[in-house]
This record gives sequence, C-alpha cells and structure tokens, in this order.
Amino acid sequence: MDFNLDPKHQMIKEVCRKFADNEVETIAAEIDETERFPLETIEKMGKLGLMGISIPKEYGGAGAGYTGFAIAIEEISKSCATTSVILVAHTSLCASMIYNSGNKEQKQKYLVPLAKGEKLGAFGLTEPNAGSDASNQQTTAVLNGDHYLLNGSKIFITNGAHADTYVITAMTDTSKGLRGISAFIIEKGWEGFSFGPPENKMGIRGSSTTELIFQDIKVPKENLIGKEGQGFKMAMMTLDAGRIVVAAQALGIAEAALEESIKYVKERIQFKKPLSKQQIIQFMIADMATEVENGRNLVYKSAWLKDNGKSFGISSSMAKLYCSEMASRVTNKAIQLHGGYGYIKDYKVERLMRDARITEIYEGTSEIQRTVISSSILK
Amino acid sequence: MKIIVCIKQVPDTNEVKIDPKTNTLIREGVPSIINPDDKAAIEEALKIKDKQGAEVTVLTMGPPQAEYALREGLAMGADKGILLSSRSFAGSDTWATSLALSGGIKKIGNYDLIFCGRQAIDGDTAQVGPEIAEHLDLPQITYVSKIRSINKEKAVVERALEDGYEVIEVTLPAVFTIIKESNNPRYPNIGRIIDVFDNMSIDVWDEIMIKLESEKLGLKGSPTQVLRTFTPPIKAPGKMIEGNTDKEKVLNLLNNLYNNIVK
Ligand SMILES: Cc1cc2nc3c(=O)[nH]c(=O)nc-3n(C[C@H](O)[C@H](O)[C@H](O)COP(=O)(O)OP(=O)(O)OC[C@H]3O[C@@H](n4cnc5c(N)ncnc54)[C@H](O)[C@@H]3O)c2cc1C
Repeated sequence: MDFNLDPKHQMIKEVCRKFADNEVETIAAEIDETERFPLETIEKMGKLGLMGISIPKEYGGAGAGYTGFAIAIEEISKSCATTSVILVAHTSLCASMIYNSGNKEQKQKYLVPLAKGEKLGAFGLTEPNAGSDASNQQTTAVLNGDHYLLNGSKIFITNGAHADTYVITAMTDTSKGLRGISAFIIEKGWEGFSFGPPENKMGIRGSSTTELIFQDIKVPKENLIGKEGQGFKMAMMTLDAGRIVVAAQALGIAEAALEESIKYVKERIQFKKPLSKQQIIQFMIADMATEVENGRNLVYKSAWLKDNGKSFGISSSMAKLYCSEMASRVTNKAIQLHGGYGYIKDYKVERLMRDARITEIYEGTSEIQRTVISSSILK
Repeated sequence: MKIIVCIKQVPDTNEVKIDPKTNTLIREGVPSIINPDDKAAIEEALKIKDKQGAEVTVLTMGPPQAEYALREGLAMGADKGILLSSRSFAGSDTWATSLALSGGIKKIGNYDLIFCGRQAIDGDTAQVGPEIAEHLDLPQITYVSKIRSINKEKAVVERALEDGYEVIEVTLPAVFTIIKESNNPRYPNIGRIIDVFDNMSIDVWDEIMIKLESEKLGLKGSPTQVLRTFTPPIKAPGKMIEGNTDKEKVLNLLNNLYNNIVK
C-alpha cells in the first residue's frame, strides 16, 4: 500500500494549483457575481490539456486517467466550482460517453475536438419529469429513413447555451421502458434545436444551466451512440465515473473552506487573543480537517480503482455521497468561524457554501446514492 | 541550434531555515521548485525552439530527487534531461558546481548557447553562470532580459541594468544568464507530463562520465568556507518629505533632521 502521490500526479497537482491561482481564482468572485460564463478560461484549459485530461492520447486527450482528473478538479474547485463544473460536464459526461460507447467515426469527428478543447460539450439526460427517475424519458426519437426525428426537451443542462456538441438521451421505443432509451450526438445550430433562458442559480453562478428544446430535429442515423435501447445503460456507466469527479469537486470546495478558516481564526482577535486559541474553535478545525481527509481518501481510492480496472461504482457513489454532504457541513462551519464576515460576499467562504450545495443534488442526489449503495450491500 | 539550460532545484521559500550548527540550509519538509530565474531560462530557450527550432537540453547537478526538476523542464517542452549526480559532487560550492556543469556541457558537446538563471534563491551568488563561461572560455552576458534576434552565428540581446538596459551583440557559442523578469514561463501541458514520466528517461552522469577527478569536485574541490551566517538587520522604511513648494520641502527636511537626529 502506498498513499503517496506518484511524481507524475504530484506534477499535475502543482501545475493545476498554479494555473488555478493565476487564471481561475483571480476571476472567481467576479464570474459568480455577474453570472458570466468564463469562455477565456476554457481556451486556457484546452491549452493545458484539461479538457481531455482523462481521455487517452490517441483521441487528443492527455491520458491522465481519473486520478489525474480528480486531482485537477480538486485543485480548480479550491478556486472556483463554476470553472470545475464546466470541465465535469464537458469531460466526464459528454466526452467520456463518446469515448466509452461511441464508434470510430464518432470518436474522430466529435471526441477529438472535445478532448483538445476546440469544442465544448454538454450532456442532457434530465427532463422536467425525469430527474432522479431518469428512466422516465419523454423526449422521443423516431427513425425516419436515414435520420431520427427528435422531439422533446432537457432541463438544467450544464454548459447548455455555450456547448457545440451535445450527448442526449431519448426514447426510441416507448413500449420498452428504460430499454427503449437511446443516446445521440447532436450539434448546436441544427434546425429545430433551441434553448430556454439561463437559470438564475444559488451557486456555481458563472456556469451555464439551460433547457434544451428539440423540435423535429433531424438527427442522422450515424449519430446514434451504440445500439438502440442501450442509452440508459451507457448513461449510467458514464455517471458512475462522473461521480468521482463530482466528489473531487466537493472535496476541493471543502478544502478551500478549511484553508480560509485556518487563516481567519489565526488572524481574528476577540477577547484579546486569536480565535484559534479557543478550544471550541480548535475542535471545529480538527473536525473539519478530519472530514476533508476522509473525503480525499475516498476520492483518491475511487480514482485508483477506476484507473486500475477494478470495480469502482460503489466506491464512487460513497465518495460522491460523503464528499458532497461533507462539503456542505465544512463550508457551513467555515461561515460560522467567520462570524458576520462569513455572511458577506467579500469573503470567499460565502461563495463556497453556495457552491457546495449543488454537489448533493446533481449527478444523482444523496438519496439516490444511498439507494445505490444500500441495494448493492443488501441485495 | 542546440541550447543547454542549467537549472537548479531549490526549496520553495524565501524564509529558508538555517541549521545553526552547520550553517547550511535545512531542506526537510520544504517543497522543491525549479529556481525562478532558471525557469525563465528554460522558457527563453523554448521560445527560440518555438520560433526557429532548437534542441533544448536541461542540465542539473544535484541529488537523485533533482530528476523531478529536470522532468518539469521536459514537461515544459525541453527535449533532453541530464542529471549530474554522485557522492563526489556533494558539498560543492559555486566553483566546484560550475566545474562539474562545464564537464557535463563538454560531454553533451556541439552547443550554440548555454543558458543559466541569474542566481539561485537559496544561494544568491550569481556566480555559477559566469564561472561556466570561464571554464569553457566562452563570451558571457549576464542579466539578459530580452533576446532581440538570434541565428547560428550571433545574437543581439538586452542586458538589464539598474536603470535601463544595454544592447549587446555577441558571437555564438556564448553563455547567457537570464533574469526571471524576462518572461512568464509556460504551464507544462498535462499530456506532456504523462509522456515525460511514462516514456522519457533522464541520463545520470557521474564524475567519471564527465572526465573529472573527484578531488576537484564536491567539498574537496570547493575553496569557499562558510564562516558565519546571519540575518541582515531590517532597514526601516524610507520617509517621504512632503511640501507644497521646494522651499517648504527643504524646511521640512531640516526640521526632520533637527528633531530626529540633532535634538
Ligand atoms: C446546476 C445544475 C446543473 C445540472 N446539470 C445537469 C446536466 O448537465 N445534465 C443533466 O442531465 N442533468 C443536470 N442536472 C440535473 C440534476 O441531475 C437533477 O436535478 C437531479 O438528478 C435531481 O433531479 P430533480 O431535480 O428532478 O429532483 P427530483 O428527482 O424531483 O428529487 C426531489 C427530491 O426527492 C428525492 N427523491 C427522488 N426520488 C427518490 C426516491 N426514489 N427515493 C428517495 N428520494 C427520492 C431526491 O433525492 C430529492 O431530494 C443539473 C441540475 C442542476 C441544478
């Protein structure tokens, strides 16, 4: 057993830290406040190799696996969860689904530009009536000669308004339930493809979350991913791995809250001494640090399992469940430690707490993670 | 064009602690980085590579861990990494270090340019670059802030001075020491990091391979003796003498001198 990062991952961590300090942290508060989608950062992340970090080299990626991916997301999330969610949706959902299940032509045409960061990706599974119950898809795709006719809508889609390439699911056979769900690649600009207004969110406010509207979109047959009826299974497989990086995102947010708190309690003087001299404050810091350490071990272990070809689904669910709830607890405590200042937007912890909250909801709510974990134990 | 960049792995802090008994740096627990001026030297070499093509070799003398700094140089885009490492090199001062590096450079051979950083943040001597130039009998330009033009025969560079710069033309091969203000080093690409660790190797050379006797190297070959180390006293910040007219400023200055010094 070895809990050290190997030198390769150590270097990825250092580079991502430096990148996040110089290019991400510097605009994080502004893009949150103004709800601005940071297009300039996406270009920089592409150059750095982040947009295809887990995708193998032969498809234009960096080939850093999920350990590299998790480390990068952790570091970037310490600075800005808006920026990291763009990567999560683009790489771990859209690009990974094409990598896992797409054919050669689809990989050349769509995956390579995604992995190189030349195109931005989004992943649309959720619908107004298909949230936790993702199998209840109402979007339909009807085969009509050399193309499918796509009708319906997707809601809450990350990168929605800014993406070029979308992986979406739709019913190709309504009589078969979840075995009637198929997955497709569609492109921005196709006739009949439009967007709802941007959602006004509590956190990750610089990220784009929109409705996708499909009205008689002609999707060429060759844009079906895998076979008809496999869409749900492929999406669930993709989400299994995606949870590792959502967990890493929550972990990074919590780490930032801990760092801010440590700095603050050492500086803030009340009753003629720093807050850090009060035992109750010391114990809060101890609890926060212990929870963060726990979360990190779960994230790195899940990534290690995935990179070593072992079964990782339950571990990634546990990591996602624990880290997301942990991030909410830790950011909440961070605000408490900052007192009134923590409630004011001038202090980073205010944003961290709002950003942490979403990690308990997307890519499977905590309740769904508990269902997944318990059913695997009690089966 | 063949460029050799000499780099040093240093502890990442300006507040390095010193062992009071041995008068040497305590390195434990301090993360290591490529010395900032040296990183700028790598970037300067890579800029030439990008523009007109060059083979860039990063060279360091250090313990086995210094391999990590070389790999970072490779990840930035250098083509080869060479580590001079052996017991015989331990305890080297700038003289012994520059001798060993010159030995490495001779073994690499066929070079057009040698880049060093201006000085290392853990020693601040700024001696190694100039000494390499002397060992190799090459022209040297220190404090290079900009390379204006370069071809196989000659280069035109700007050399930073305290209040400006001078423009110097030099024939190649030559030694430049680069200052960190000259550029913003690029981030290593993540895919390249993976390649560097999975598919590239670092050559490790000892004193025999660079044809130097161990008596001339390391502690034995180092004429420098550290007598004493101390923290320089902190200078009080300067004070601005204000006034609406020159006369008023002079009067205020005299008052200040009188009140604070004479009285
Ligand atoms: C900012 C943001 C970004 C998003 N990005 C994407 C994206 O890129 N792509 C995408 O496809 N989706 C995306 N989503 C959608 C997200 O994944 C869903 O919101 C999430 O899965 C929950 O679905 P829901 O909102 O319909 O809630 P519901 O499913 O209605 O859940 C409501 C509550 O009921 C609980 N619940 C539901 N069913 C059960 C059950 N069987 N047992 C116990 N409790 C249950 C839930 O846990 C939750 O607490 C995003 C959402 C947001 C807010």
